[in-house]
Formats: sequence, C-alpha cells, structure tokens
Amino acid sequence: MIRLSATPFDPQTVMGEFSAGRTEVGAIVSFLGLARGARAGDEILELEAYEGFTETAIGAVVERARARFSLLDAAVIHRVGRIAVGEPIVLVLTAAAHRREAFESCDFLMDYLKSDAPFWKKEFGPDGARWIEPTSRDLSDLARWG
Amino acid sequence: MARVLLFGRLADLAGWRERSYEPTPARLADLRTLMATEDAALGAALAGSGVQAAVNKTLIRGDIALATGAEVAFLPPMSGG
Repeated sequence: MIRLSATPFDPQTVMGEFSAGRTEVGAIVSFLGLARGARAGDEILELEAYEGFTETAIGAVVERARARFSLLDAAVIHRVGRIAVGEPIVLVLTAAAHRREAFESCDFLMDYLKSDAPFWKKEFGPDGARWIEPTSRDLSDLARWG
Repeated sequence: MARVLLFGRLADLAGWRERSYEPTPARLADLRTLMATEDAALGAALAGSGVQAAVNKTLIRGDIALATGAEVAFLPPMSGG
C-alpha cells in the first residue's frame, strides 16, 4: 500500500490494519519520521509530490525491495502539504518471514525515500523558507545499497 | 497544447506551477528553448545539474518528440522523508 496524505495520519491505525490477519509474516518493522522543530504546532515543512508519478516511483522501489530482501509486504504513507512540528511525515512498514529481512528492507526504503523519491521539501525557519536537497549523508546512506 | 508542470524551487523561481503552451512545441528541446526565451533564469535552472524532465510521467534523458496533450514536468533534486 502506497499512499500520499494531505492530512495527518494515525500510525497506530495503519500498523493495526497492516499486521492484522497475517499467517506467513514473522516480523514487521516500522519507521516513523516526525517533523522536528523548536515549538509544537509550528508549521515547519511543506512537502510537494507529483501525483501519479510519485506513487509509481515508490511502487517500483518497493518491488525492488520485495525481490532483494524476500519482503512479503510493505506500506508507505507519506505526508504532502504543510506539516507542523510533531506530526508524522512518513511511515514505512515492512513485513517478512524473519526480522533481518524486515529491518533491512525498511532501512533500504527509507534511504530511497530520503534522497531519491519524487518529493520536494521546503523548510520554514527563522530566516525564511528554503528548499531542502539531499545531504551528502543522505546520498552516502543510499549508496550503501549499490 | 502541452501542459508544463514545475516543482520545488523551479516553481518558486518561475512564479508559476502549471502552464499550457499552444501550439505544442515539436520536441522537448524546443520547449526548453521557448521557456528560456521567455525567462532566462528559469531556462538556466532547467538546464542545471540535477534537474530531470518527465514526459507523460516518464523520465526522459535527452530529447523526445512531444505529442499534442503532452504533460511535461521539470523535477529539481528530490528530498522526502
């Protein structure tokens, strides 16, 4: 399941639905990214996606993860629009028979989402707004996977 | 008609996010030339490193012919999560 959400989402609800009724899955790993900032409630980020294109691109990488890590299923929920400090930005869930595959595929998917998925992120700070581009750390994280 | 979409800093630079070009430029390179003629700063940014182009939601390296109704998107370096 891949979803872009213009409104806040509840990670517990998504996790509950994702894990329900599984028989072949022995491990689910979740990564939840939150908007960081000095004061709760401040609108600090604006995330833009290219509807239709962004979901397809994420889906292609989920398929790569599925083949590479024996991933059984994955869910990616990503916020778009204006986001306040403390709100979830991204939730990645990976399900596999064993924990190693679930951990590694979750790590892989997040590295991709940080630096190569079709999102554009604007940060509002005390000195005004600026567009964020991947850091060298983001790029070296992604390069680990070859 | 070709529909052109700009994302991220490219939209801020141009002052628009979506625009139609009539008639449809024959090729992607012709569209780039037209856009650069109208707005030199935008033209330079579109040719800058890390900016990708997609035609009908498929990434294009180099040039391609544009059919009537084509959707062309210019995508600056991406950053999510």
